[in-house]
Order: sequence, then structure tokens, then C-alpha cells
Amino acid sequence: MSTPAAVEPRTAPTTVPVPVVSLRGLLPYWIFAGIVLMLAIYFVGAEEGATSVFAGSNVHELVHDARHLLGFPCH
Amino acid sequence: MMRTLLVRGMLAGLLAGVLAFLWAHLVGEPPVRAAIAVEEAAAAKTAVTGAAEEAPAITRSTQETWGLGVGVVLFSVAIGGFLALVFAMVYGRVGVLRARGTVLAICAIGFVAIVLAPLTKYPANPPAVGSGDTIDERTGFFFVLVMIALAAAVAAVRLGRQLAPRIGAGNALAAAVLLFVVLIGVAHVALPAQNEVRAGFPPQVLWDFRLANLGTQAILWSALAFGFGLAAEAAVEGRPLLARRGAGERATVPSR
Repeated sequence: MSTPAAVEPRTAPTTVPVPVVSLRGLLPYWIFAGIVLMLAIYFVGAEEGATSVFAGSNVHELVHDARHLLGFPCH
Repeated sequence: MMRTLLVRGMLAGLLAGVLAFLWAHLVGEPPVRAAIAVEEAAAAKTAVTGAAEEAPAITRSTQETWGLGVGVVLFSVAIGGFLALVFAMVYGRVGVLRARGTVLAICAIGFVAIVLAPLTKYPANPPAVGSGDTIDERTGFFFVLVMIALAAAVAAVRLGRQLAPRIGAGNALAAAVLLFVVLIGVAHVALPAQNEVRAGFPPQVLWDFRLANLGTQAILWSALAFGFGLAAEAAVEGRPLLARRGAGERATVPSR
């Protein structure tokens, strides 16, 4: 894996990357953002198809084409 | 730092989502329309038997534009957010790749595990294909396969890391790919087959639709790799997004 370090004039590239976020600092982000992002994917990918949180089919109908074209099973 | 990465990941997702939406709208909608036409023709032929044209609360033109856009962009932003979370976790911990290489590797693995591995067993189907009776199990098996593929990808990366010092990076990569392919092959054989395509459905429409699906996802993931690659590199070097470099790549600067 060679990276073109030569073309970067300003920062002397450190040879070995070091972690930028501690695992402890990462945990709350993973929990909260992970839940919110999973919910977003769920509503695009599956709500009012196999399972329903809201009654009716407005969510399904709105994202219908996206669900198909992203490759989720739709109906 | 995590805040910066997460914001940039979702921004990259937004941009990637817009590009993927354009593709899906321009290339994906024609086969969707064709499939709906086939469905309606079939429904008209089998007459009244309750093919139940439910009055649409949301019109087709809304589905093809705003609905498609909302769905694709929302999905893309979510994937961008996860990309940022995974990047923060593995950067500097797994492997020696720098920021852009790390992002590219995550996106390549993610695309293979989340898109290609499930798609080769349960390909995307246009409207009119698939019966409502089996949607539960089809959705279930689809997500099971995604989970298996993600687990297989983690296993493959672990194997590659363990082997790399002993047999070299190239051989370790080949071994990791082999492990992944074998695991996915086993999963494909073990999971039940699904074939919802009814006889007489025009094959060209099916092919066009499936290519459009693959293209949508390929654009989404590659644009994400490109956009977040630059953004994450800037982040770990402590640069703002709109430094001299990257002009034209994006127009917005997230506040730190």
C-alpha cells in the first residue's frame, strides 16, 4: 500500500496512523447514532412491508421506489 | 473529533445520496414504470378478482421524485454516518492505511458485504414481482444474509491481519477474500431460494431494473468513499473542509 505522501507539502505525514478517537469516547456515539441510523435504514428499507410501526402505508408508499432501487425486498 | 467525523460522514452521505438519486431517477425509473405497466396489464386481464387497485395516497410522480429522493438520501446519510463510526473505530487500530485508504477499504468491504453478497442471492425485484404473502420471510432472509456477510467480512479482515506478518500483505489479502467468498457461498447454499419472478415477466425489464439497482448502490458507495475520504483525511489532519484543496468538491463547511 503506497500512499502518495510526497504530494502533501504541509503536514509531515506520520508513518503510522494513530487512533483519533478513544474507544471510550466512541461508545456513546455508536450507541446513539447507531440507533438513529438503524431506524433511518429501517424506515427506508422495511417499514410497512414486513413489519409496521405506523398504521397504513404512507411511509411505504413514499419511499417505495427507493426501496426497490436500493435492492430491499419490497412486496 | 468524533463530532466532526460524524458530521462529515453524513454530509458525504448527503452528496452521495443526491448522485445516487439522480441515477436511480434517470436510469432506474424507466424499468420501474415498465414493470408497473406489466403489473397493471396483468391485473386488468385477470379482471375484478380483487387485484384491488388501492387508491394511491401518494401519486406515482411523487414516488418517482420526492419519495425516491427522500428514501435514497436518507439511506445514504445513514450509511455515511455508519462509515464515520466505523472509520473512527478502525483508523489507527486496524492496519496501517492512512485516512483515505482506510475510507476506501471500509467502503469497498461495505459495498461487497451489504450490496453484492446479498444481491447475488436475493437480487432486487421491480414492482409487480413478488407476492405480498412472502414479504415477511423474504425481508427476514435478506437481512439475515446482510448480517452474515458483515460477520464474514469482519472474520476475513481478522484473518488477513493475522496472516499478513507471516505471509505478506498480498497473500493475506487473497486468503481473506477466499475466506469471505467461502463463507458467503455456504450462506447462499444454506439459505432458502426465493424466486418471485412470475413466468412471462419481460426479462429485459428485469435485467435493466437489476442493473439500475446495482448502479444506484455503486454510485452511492463510491461517491461516499470519495467524499468522506477527502473529508476524513482533512479531519485527522485538523484541517477545515474548505481549505484551498478540494475546491468544488463540496460547498458547505460544517461548523466545528
